[in-house]
Amino acid sequence: MIVFVGFLLFLGFGFDVFYIGEGALTFPIGSLAALGIGSVSALTSYYSGDRAVLLSTGAMALDRALSGAASPDDTYKIRQLDNVVEEMSIAAGLPKPRVYVIPDSDPNAFATGRDPEHASIAVTRGLLDTVTRDELQGVVAHELSHVRNLDIRLMTVIAAMVGTIALLSDWSGRGMSSGSRSSSNSRDNDKDSGAAGLILLVVWVVAIVLAPLIAQALAMLVSRRREFLADATGAELTRNPLALASALEKIDREAAPTLSVKRGTAHLCIADPLGRAMGLREGFLPDLLATHPRMADRITALKQMAYQA
Amino acid sequence: MTWILLAVVALVVVWAIALYNRLVGLRNQVLNGWRQIDVQLKRRHDLIPNLVNTVRGAMEFERDTLTQVMEARARAVSATGPADAARKEGELSQALGRLFAVAENYPTLRANENVKMLQEELTSTENKVGFARQFYNDIATTFNTAQQTFPSNMFASALGFKPSELFEITDATERQVPAVDLSMRK
Repeated sequence: MIVFVGFLLFLGFGFDVFYIGEGALTFPIGSLAALGIGSVSALTSYYSGDRAVLLSTGAMALDRALSGAASPDDTYKIRQLDNVVEEMSIAAGLPKPRVYVIPDSDPNAFATGRDPEHASIAVTRGLLDTVTRDELQGVVAHELSHVRNLDIRLMTVIAAMVGTIALLSDWSGRGMSSGSRSSSNSRDNDKDSGAAGLILLVVWVVAIVLAPLIAQALAMLVSRRREFLADATGAELTRNPLALASALEKIDREAAPTLSVKRGTAHLCIADPLGRAMGLREGFLPDLLATHPRMADRITALKQMAYQA
Repeated sequence: MTWILLAVVALVVVWAIALYNRLVGLRNQVLNGWRQIDVQLKRRHDLIPNLVNTVRGAMEFERDTLTQVMEARARAVSATGPADAARKEGELSQALGRLFAVAENYPTLRANENVKMLQEELTSTENKVGFARQFYNDIATTFNTAQQTFPSNMFASALGFKPSELFEITDATERQVPAVDLSMRK
């Protein structure tokens, strides 16, 4: 997080120093604009982001799902889901989140909401049909742990910062082609600080060009680490890491794209909803840009918790 | 020099206030966790007898209808002579007719599903009691650790905090594996 904020301020500050000249330090327009836009977009997604995500996936609230149940077995599974969520919220000492069912046959689940009082958990029908009660408990514990660790808030803020960095990089790109003439005139006047200033300029230009990629990679790194944390704290709730491991194995086997979940909300799910597109390709770039760690790594980590790997 | 001393004292005071507030918050969570176990136990006490009665009522209704069919069939099988057989087969047909009427009004004879739902609710209730106890132990451990780590341990008892007890089984027989005997013999 600190790296992120530092990167953002570095870009904004450089913008001020190199394009606005000496007056910039008294009124840093670039940094202020960066902070301003970042704050607005962060606040908007903070307060209404969860409703937008749920709407986009077509999630059904629990009572609607119950009334539309196709068979008694369906009713049984939905009541089981409700009971499991309540059990996990008792174990975590948190208020019970709202529960939703997504009519998608691919097994997946996600959690959203800015803090435990305003959280929602959604589960696909495919997951309800695939896993046993203990495995469902492991999955729900993982999602509730995302809520408990305030990961949603974290990823919202990071998403806002990534967007801001992309914007800044865009502006600076434009600024470079049209404003470089005026800035080089002002720099001719202080030749003694020329060398250090030039190196800094080069570093800053490279950062601007690579900024969107670096920002995205940093965001994905945070996302992957929080996934491991959610696995571990979820196992702390259930005291049964093997159940979650076998649930992950089942989800991995059935892996097909979860079409209901759009790209922007991919990081909130328990398994990468974009299908095996990233998972099959190994190597530097897919590993860098994946929202979730490799399933095999997660399963190994869980088995180590149970002293079985 | 006095500025540095004042700054250090101010920092220590701020730290002590933060510690006190944190310990108060944890102590209240421990008390709450202890009472939450009672909440789940009361829910179990109130819910389970009612659920069992509901399921038993539904099963008895179906059992009566099925019993009539079985008895009529037994009588029909043990009929003596064609006239007797004809009469008893007629009674069996009537009983079957009643059974089919019941089946039409209640499209799925739901004894199995009712029992399955009852099992789920029983399991969930016991799980909830168990998880409430687990949460109590977890939060009590967090509270004890917060009091006992250095440097908080120097101030915790002075500020009036005591370590809390963890939940423990008092009846040793509860630790034994329960016997499960599904044989139908009485």
